[in-house]
Amino acid sequence: MAQPSRPSRFPLGSFVVIAAVLGGGAAAFAYTAGWLSPERLSRERVLAALSPPGGPAPGHRRNHTKGLCFTGSFEANGAGAALSRAPVLAAGRYPVIGRFNLASAVLAQPDGQARVRGLSLSITGPDGSEWRTAMITAPVFPVSNVEAFYALQMAARSKEPGAMGAFAAAHPEIAAFGAWAGSAPWTGSYAEERYNALNAFLFTDAGGRDHAVRWSVRPEARPVPVPHEQLTAKPPDFLNDEIKARIAAGPVRWTMTVTEAGPGDPVADPSKAWPEERRTVEVGTLTAEAVQEEQDGPCRDINYDPTVLPPGMRPSADPFPAARSSAYALSYERRAAEAAAYPHSAPGGRP
Amino acid sequence: MTAARFSPMQRLLHWLMAACILAMLFIGVGMVSTLSTRYLALVSIHKPLGIAILLLALLRLGLRLRRGAPPLPSDLPEPMRLAAHVSHVALYGLMIAMPLLGWAMLSAEGYPVVLWQGLRLPPILPQSLEAYALLRQAHGLLGYAFFAVILAHLGAALFHALVRRDGVFEAMAPVPGRALD
Repeated sequence: MAQPSRPSRFPLGSFVVIAAVLGGGAAAFAYTAGWLSPERLSRERVLAALSPPGGPAPGHRRNHTKGLCFTGSFEANGAGAALSRAPVLAAGRYPVIGRFNLASAVLAQPDGQARVRGLSLSITGPDGSEWRTAMITAPVFPVSNVEAFYALQMAARSKEPGAMGAFAAAHPEIAAFGAWAGSAPWTGSYAEERYNALNAFLFTDAGGRDHAVRWSVRPEARPVPVPHEQLTAKPPDFLNDEIKARIAAGPVRWTMTVTEAGPGDPVADPSKAWPEERRTVEVGTLTAEAVQEEQDGPCRDINYDPTVLPPGMRPSADPFPAARSSAYALSYERRAAEAAAYPHSAPGGRP
Repeated sequence: MTAARFSPMQRLLHWLMAACILAMLFIGVGMVSTLSTRYLALVSIHKPLGIAILLLALLRLGLRLRRGAPPLPSDLPEPMRLAAHVSHVALYGLMIAMPLLGWAMLSAEGYPVVLWQGLRLPPILPQSLEAYALLRQAHGLLGYAFFAVILAHLGAALFHALVRRDGVFEAMAPVPGRALD
């Protein structure tokens, strides 16, 4: 029974205990939140490092900012079932909402100047589970880990003349990316590119065995090399115009391939390619059937978080999918708060 | 209700949920501060734990409505009585609202609500960027408010236990304490 109080005759000590408990709790919370360690690499700092000189475009993604939506299908041939029990790899045809994009945080980026292009996919399997992936044209990622990615952004935006040189000296893994960027032919179409999900994931097959894999989509269209000067002389949106015209004339296809790591292949480092001879399985065909402007398109409100995976697929020791998931969530949160700055052009414009 | 203490079931739920909710708030504030692989591990605990808290909170609210609570001491000053009432309404409200806000927020994002591999909850709202923005902000701000109310609740509990020694703490204590001797 609650009883008449028998107050402590020496309350000072009790108040000290209470203050210590509450102060300790609040301090532990602040520590966990990172408020006591501003030097820790946070997603806020990564987004700030990606921010272009004039600041981010309100209402838009914080990176891969310029893009175009498409819809289509993924027709799985069933061969992927040998690697993963994901329903989306069982033979069948599944809907796709995708996005062509440039690897740049500048909304007005001229298409001819973006060395790296991207393709994002959301594929919905027969059970309703989703497979989201955001791939790029580079065959390797420039850096090995998230701290190096941040350092690369800081070096790229630095006004110090030797900043990039110093970065490359400290992060020699960037040489493979640099070699590709300097020598790989440019093309005049999103349809002629191969896109690679450079991060490794774990596929689990029906027998419960795990397979470390990376996947790509390879174009059906033959890549036609175009001198870079010709591309920079084109209108700033020529890639968007080209793919709209191409898809209007007929569907555009890629073959999706999944490559399994061999023993000892670097799973946790997307800056290292796996040997060419690794087992590669063609798992299906991606078809882009219609294009929509992003403003009114179905891809606008999708967060292409690479950790949205169906059962039978999960992240591996590669540190990037977790970091991307975290940073993409903040990008989504910010652009959602700015939604009024990027409205649909017409009511009901979105399908 | 004239029982001196909460029922054993009510006390069990209180302490079990105290552990769950404190873990939940630390996981929440910790996961949004990190880019490391811990992020995915924390998110994958946050969702099923949130749904577990929602179910436990509904069970607990039912018990509270059916069994009530021991009366507060008759000599408790009116402002403290009011603070006790308001903070308990806030705690029940937040225990139920926070998981629903999280679920609604992911629904509005069009983001799959996966509790664990193969177990997906249906969306409870249609996809809407504007709704997401509001819900996301509410989920974050109310999370901080929840922790503040819990600190106040803990401070008050210790005040009853150590300073007033009026049996209020013992009513919810896991085992009978000195004041009931």
